[in-house]
Amino acid sequence: MSLLEVQNLRVDFGQSTVVDDVSFSIAPGEKFALVGESGSGKTVTALSVLRLNQYARYGGRILFEGSDLLQKPEPAMRSVRGKDVAMIFQEPMTALNPLFTIGNQIAEVLMLHEGVSAKEAAQRAVALLDKTGIPEPARRALAFPHQLSGGQRQRAMIAMALACRPKLLIADEPTTALDVTIQVQILELLNQLQREENMAVLMITHDLNLVRHFADRVGVMEKGKLIETASTRDLFAQPREPYTRKLLGSRPQRVVDTVDQGAPALLTAERVRCTFSIPRGWFKKTEFVAVDAVDVQLKAHETLGIVGESGSGKSTLGMALLRLSAAQVQGKIAFLGKPISEMSSTALRPMRARMQVVFQDPFASLSPRRTIEQIVGEGLALHQPQLGREKIREAVANALAEVGLVPQMMSRYPHEFSGGQRQRIAIARTLVLKPELILLDEPTSALDVSVQQQVLLLLAELQRKYGMAYLFISHDLAVIRAMAHRVMVMKDGKVVESGTTEEVLSRPKQPYTQRLLAAATYSTLSSAVPESEKVGLT
Amino acid sequence: MNTVTPASAATAPAAAPGAAAAPSAVSISPGRRVWLRFKQDRRGYWSLIIFSVLFAISLVAEIVSNDKPLAVGYNGKILFPIVQTYSEKVFGGDFDSPADYLDPFIQEQFARDGNWAIYPLNRYRYDTLNYFAKSPNPAPPSADNWLGTDDRGRDVFARLLYGFRVSVLFGLALTITGVILGLITGAIQGYFAGRVDLFFQRFMEIWGSMPELYLLIIFASIFEPGIGLLLILLSLFGWMGLSDYVRADFLRNRNLEYVQAARALGLSNGQIIWRHVLPNSMTPVVTFLPFRMSAAILALTSLDFLGLGVPPSTPSLGELLAQGKNNLDAWWIATSTFVVLTMMLLLLTNIGDALRNALDVRRQA
Repeated sequence: MSLLEVQNLRVDFGQSTVVDDVSFSIAPGEKFALVGESGSGKTVTALSVLRLNQYARYGGRILFEGSDLLQKPEPAMRSVRGKDVAMIFQEPMTALNPLFTIGNQIAEVLMLHEGVSAKEAAQRAVALLDKTGIPEPARRALAFPHQLSGGQRQRAMIAMALACRPKLLIADEPTTALDVTIQVQILELLNQLQREENMAVLMITHDLNLVRHFADRVGVMEKGKLIETASTRDLFAQPREPYTRKLLGSRPQRVVDTVDQGAPALLTAERVRCTFSIPRGWFKKTEFVAVDAVDVQLKAHETLGIVGESGSGKSTLGMALLRLSAAQVQGKIAFLGKPISEMSSTALRPMRARMQVVFQDPFASLSPRRTIEQIVGEGLALHQPQLGREKIREAVANALAEVGLVPQMMSRYPHEFSGGQRQRIAIARTLVLKPELILLDEPTSALDVSVQQQVLLLLAELQRKYGMAYLFISHDLAVIRAMAHRVMVMKDGKVVESGTTEEVLSRPKQPYTQRLLAAATYSTLSSAVPESEKVGLT
Repeated sequence: MNTVTPASAATAPAAAPGAAAAPSAVSISPGRRVWLRFKQDRRGYWSLIIFSVLFAISLVAEIVSNDKPLAVGYNGKILFPIVQTYSEKVFGGDFDSPADYLDPFIQEQFARDGNWAIYPLNRYRYDTLNYFAKSPNPAPPSADNWLGTDDRGRDVFARLLYGFRVSVLFGLALTITGVILGLITGAIQGYFAGRVDLFFQRFMEIWGSMPELYLLIIFASIFEPGIGLLLILLSLFGWMGLSDYVRADFLRNRNLEYVQAARALGLSNGQIIWRHVLPNSMTPVVTFLPFRMSAAILALTSLDFLGLGVPPSTPSLGELLAQGKNNLDAWWIATSTFVVLTMMLLLLTNIGDALRNALDVRRQA
């Protein structure tokens, strides 16, 4: 008998149907993954199991060990939540209460569901933390969420979820907010705990690579419908549905031309050092070095990939190179032969047209109260005011056509566009100025995989056509592999390794790069990994 | 949305409230969307209409309620007493003083053959003293004085009408100056942050701890009290509440990527504030507008009530309330003033509520 059986589930919010006729089942001890792009209804489906959606109307049946969860009264439901079915969330920082210690929060679950004494609960909380591999669990139990690292917080969340030995664990994108190397550790932990406790796992994710190495069976969701369910092996070997094939095929592929070796240097930077001063008390200050002694050389028409985990200083470096950083920047930076590190910000303003930025989050990078025409045309109106309104309009239309949008969209506002379209608008905004250099700060990490590939193709095509250089910042090695000519790997503000993409990503010399690469493909996840290497990871 | 282009139709975001209703390629601006949502709130919408009508009527109070006829036909000539002062002699009187049109003698003149007079709706101005009144002051409501008279014999309806106008105009002026000051100071603190913010905040703490009421009393005894002085004094302290909200919004918005993008385009600080940060930081300003206005009106009313506000000649709701308190047996003074005040504040609160809902982008238009 299956542990969880979802039959013809339908979830409505007001007028819109978010989940429509979804049926699947999970056997005890099975790892089932729901994949899909954002808005496909996978999270809503998972939350329905615990009936945690607000203002939702449900249809169909959700049988957990034979009883329908959708028919249970609310008090009975509360004893299911956390006891039989537990959940871990994407962002552990917001899922944990910042005002209680993590030991306290784990103990609360135990006291609530098992009625144990506070003292015993505290002891068991420490034991649970120990089990999730947090070093010094007794001390960590007294720590507040903000005192832990992202990976440790997620471990604490897992400890909390496992407190009552649930039969089913729902994991909603549990690793998305974490760095790649930490992601692998968390997945390994989940794997190990799942085997030990023999609990079933319902994994919600958009990451196909992760699914491949983690799940036993996979369900693919598209626009609220479950279109395909198969064992992981079958799904990846012979996907049935065209949408699944599209998802599988949308991993970044290399699309760039080789660059001329004799091309002139566009941007050179020597010994760039960025520091932030952090006030300590009233008068003291400490210095935090975000980027330390980094040399950068970028030729015309070239793409330099900067890879690193969060906090490695890659974005700070990128912004510093364009003189947009809030940090104190030392070192020499020359753009087109001019020493921009020495120029005043007023003197620099005319140069801004030639170096542009595309940001990570297309929802934050377009001012919501301006039309697309105003957004894209703003730079032209500033830098080439002699053009006049008609000419600027024309240039905006051309730029929009260039990025695959229709000029008729000019009078619309950003909120009417999807993430991918917004990113195209952001690219059009830089393109209209015909810059020599574009800084791409994680331009695709907020996008769905299929859209990601389209944007990468567009960027490559534009580079071929107009020959600008890209500074491509990303944490995603697959994207860097697809786009960059040369790669710089950063860690803690320093460059660990640099060279051509081929050299660095195929034959990495440094252990850190090797570890990044291994983590990115989840290759260490399979049980065949020797124990010695696993230790190296944790 | 569906008539635009195939490309946009295919990937149109689900979270575009109101956009689906747009029939053409020209889309609804966020501002227009707010107005559409505002109109959906029937209570707020009708409150706005009623309030606007009342305010419009009070703006032309001179025509509605005045002690001079609008036009007079006298011995074959057409005269306009409302715009020109005529001496009593013009109408056959004995003295060269301005004609009193409530005088039975003059009314008799107009009643004669061939003469006529068009009177305003209510025959009293806010400061008209009827020397020919039939009953002692304060007089209860009658056909002559619809809402009675106050203890000096002035028509309560006229005083309410003019007082409403003064209150609303004062409220508007105080709100506008407060908003402008609050926006400027909030923007400076929030956008530049760091040291500017630190010092400005300390300044505001010192400034805000000054006892406002005592200052008002002191200044009222030094200078001649008047609307202008009150406006200046209340403005000096009124901006601080709003400034904090604007500052918080600016602090948040300055770090958003579209501001970074604008900086990368080479825009100056002024341009970035004006075009990018300010329009996106207006929500607290607009939301608080009606509430600020009712607070301003209440401030004026209570100061008048205490006798610290406008000079006695100015029609004011607070002064009427004070009269009502002093003449408890003349129930019509306190009651009618209370009704007008309550209605005005209720309408403003309704408008404010609807506005706040309209600015909530999660609601559908």
